[in-house]
Amino acid sequence: MNLKSKIIKIFAIFAFLLSSINVASAGVTNIIPFGPGGESDVTARMQQPYYKNIYNDDMTVQYKPGGGGSVGWSSLNDEKNDGSVIMGVNLPHIIMQPIAKGEKAGYKTDDVNVFAFFHYTPDAILVEASSPYKSLKDLLSYAKSNPGKLTFSGSGTYSANHLLTISLNKKAKVKTTYVPFKGTGAAVQALLGKQVVAEAGYSTVAAKQGSKVRMLAVASEKRLPAFPNVPTFKELGYNIVSGAYRGYALPKSASKATVKEWSDRIMKINSDPSFKQKMEDGAFVVVNIGHNKIKKFMRDQKKANKAIAKDLGLIK
Amino acid sequence: MTNIFTDFLSSLSLINLGLAFSGVLAGIIIGALPGLSATMAVAILVPFTFALEPSSGLIVLGAIYTGAIFGGSWSAILINTPGTPSAVATTFDGYPLAKKGDGDLAMSISCISSFIGGIIGVICLALFAPPLASISLMFGPTEYFWLAVLGLTLISTLAEGDNIKSLIGACLGLLLSMVGVAVVGGDMRMTWNISFLNSGIEIVSAMIGLFCIPVILDLTSMKGKHLNESETPKSLRLKESFFLVFSKKFQAVRGALIGTFIGILPGAGGSIASIVSYGEAKRSSKNKDNFGKGEPEGLIASETANNATVGGGFIPTLCLGIPGTPPDAVILGALLVQGIRTGDTLFTQQSSIVYTFIFGLFLATIMLLPLGLLMGRYAYKSIIKIPREILIPIIIFLTIIGSYSIQNNILNVYFMFFFGLIGWILNRAGFKASPIVLGLVLGQIAEQGFVQSYIIGNAQENIIANYFAKPISIVLVILILMGLFLPTLKKIYNKKRRNLNDQR
Repeated sequence: MNLKSKIIKIFAIFAFLLSSINVASAGVTNIIPFGPGGESDVTARMQQPYYKNIYNDDMTVQYKPGGGGSVGWSSLNDEKNDGSVIMGVNLPHIIMQPIAKGEKAGYKTDDVNVFAFFHYTPDAILVEASSPYKSLKDLLSYAKSNPGKLTFSGSGTYSANHLLTISLNKKAKVKTTYVPFKGTGAAVQALLGKQVVAEAGYSTVAAKQGSKVRMLAVASEKRLPAFPNVPTFKELGYNIVSGAYRGYALPKSASKATVKEWSDRIMKINSDPSFKQKMEDGAFVVVNIGHNKIKKFMRDQKKANKAIAKDLGLIK
Repeated sequence: MTNIFTDFLSSLSLINLGLAFSGVLAGIIIGALPGLSATMAVAILVPFTFALEPSSGLIVLGAIYTGAIFGGSWSAILINTPGTPSAVATTFDGYPLAKKGDGDLAMSISCISSFIGGIIGVICLALFAPPLASISLMFGPTEYFWLAVLGLTLISTLAEGDNIKSLIGACLGLLLSMVGVAVVGGDMRMTWNISFLNSGIEIVSAMIGLFCIPVILDLTSMKGKHLNESETPKSLRLKESFFLVFSKKFQAVRGALIGTFIGILPGAGGSIASIVSYGEAKRSSKNKDNFGKGEPEGLIASETANNATVGGGFIPTLCLGIPGTPPDAVILGALLVQGIRTGDTLFTQQSSIVYTFIFGLFLATIMLLPLGLLMGRYAYKSIIKIPREILIPIIIFLTIIGSYSIQNNILNVYFMFFFGLIGWILNRAGFKASPIVLGLVLGQIAEQGFVQSYIIGNAQENIIANYFAKPISIVLVILILMGLFLPTLKKIYNKKRRNLNDQR
């Protein structure tokens, strides 16, 4: 074989690689500002087939991880504004990061043009199945008599998990120890390995782990369909309704029509009964916060998160 | 038993065989290109698998993963750049072998070793998954801390050349591992107001820069060929490589078992597995001095271990729902979307899917052998035959594509070049890239483990007991002390004996 044909071959391979990258970017692109395999990714994957069915168009999921999402959000407004690109957004992240890090977060909350939230995973307190604590009351009475000894594993610092333990400390007047881990997986590992007494996690952990864990309380408005026996914090007398909301944003320069169209698309997928069923089986709570409700919702969330940030001493 | 047999037969369907074949093929190519990682390969293909039966979809994903971990050894051997982080230890002996003109031998050995490691990992997955999963739960923050420290002490064992310089390199790596937002505490460290640095130093692009750019620069300034040719370039040197691996069969099995064991620890990963395996191999080998200069035994140790983590990593993924490695996290997500619940019930209620998957993984590993050998020969020949004027731009092109595609971010590319420059300067001064990368990888694990143990120990009001009074911690601490002091003690002992002999 001579050199020329070899060079041609090599370039043919490159052309193939490049074209495969090109194929992957046809249709609309959904940028998830986290790595693959997390809740944001999984729920976007659940939407994929429904989007294809309804609009006969492909939704490709891309990842732009880094900085707990901040790398993606700080570049959101540089993306195409014609509706061919949307980006996943998460609460409390887009509110708490600019509060905790200020300028260094790389974006401001108001820079993120959120148009819809489609589900949330309520915060929850869980213990390992063989744990002696059968109810939240048991757990908190242990914390009361042993200040600081009750350890919670959770994912990250200033995250939804972390904020839950702070609210609980305040409302139940106890002192507990929060141990941050890198990601929910590691936090669950610490719980199952009995390295910690309990976990401040999401309801999805209970759905994934089944009989290995016991969910003591969930921070939703109503009990979850998948867990009819688990009480809410509200029922137990602690007014905590919190969790991680997940939705989508467009660049700020996107037209009103584009925003409305995308909000309608996401809400239409939400209204599909089988999609809803799939989400509920995984202990995700479907919410319909479209473009017309988003302003008020964000205002309320900012207020609530600022109050917590004050307790944390992040702002005065 | 009949059930398992039917599962085996269903995994043998023509479609599944074809899927496993193409999965391995695609995986090897993706793994061999620096920067295109197994995680990404699996993530891109997830949507396509939704169109398939759940078990077939899983087989493709598993096959790609297996192929990609093996493919990482190619670039490690041929251009001294690990295609995936788990191939760092493969560069130690793989590249020197290729330099010497034994690249074909190295490629074949690496394929056979990966095959052995992969098969042993999958067998452990099939037979001992539930008990091994419960072992992985015994590893808490303290144990991770000691494991990472063990890995760091091994750096001195690995050191090619100057010991002090590799320790300085490791410290630099440790320092770099602290950049970004701390997982515990949330402080911003050494980010210099660059929001890109908030998430810390991105390991893969740093690795490509540190390893690959110096090679490219040397290649441009150097006269003559990139790799020396062996006298018989056309053969696979199959007999020789099989004989070599067979003569080191115990070392190969040990590497595979180390890889499986470290694979079951979520978050530890293939890089630690191959380092620990390499360190052990060197410590117990007869030709210690040849390690780092092209010793096939070192190559065997690294490659058996990193492919064994594939099977090992699926153990916590399938039994506990906790991903053992980043690609496992993607596969776990795919399982969730398909409505498959992991955990104990997966092995009892949905066992047919699990066993079909495990057999599929088994098949993929078997296919790795002929495919890897044949493709490896072709890859080696083309790297040798391509003139430097073409090879250099191709490698540069690949490093750019690779580092861009990690996070779809151009900053990663700048970052890669920045590290390349540093790597080249350090290389000139006699510092190697591997201790820096290991410090970077292990530093994060060590730091998190240390601080988490401190917080937990503080809550239990017994910090010291939390670090030292656990059985696994004690074993790890003993291993660390042995690694640190055994060589010195041996020297003193030998000296004394010699003195005694002299007196006689």
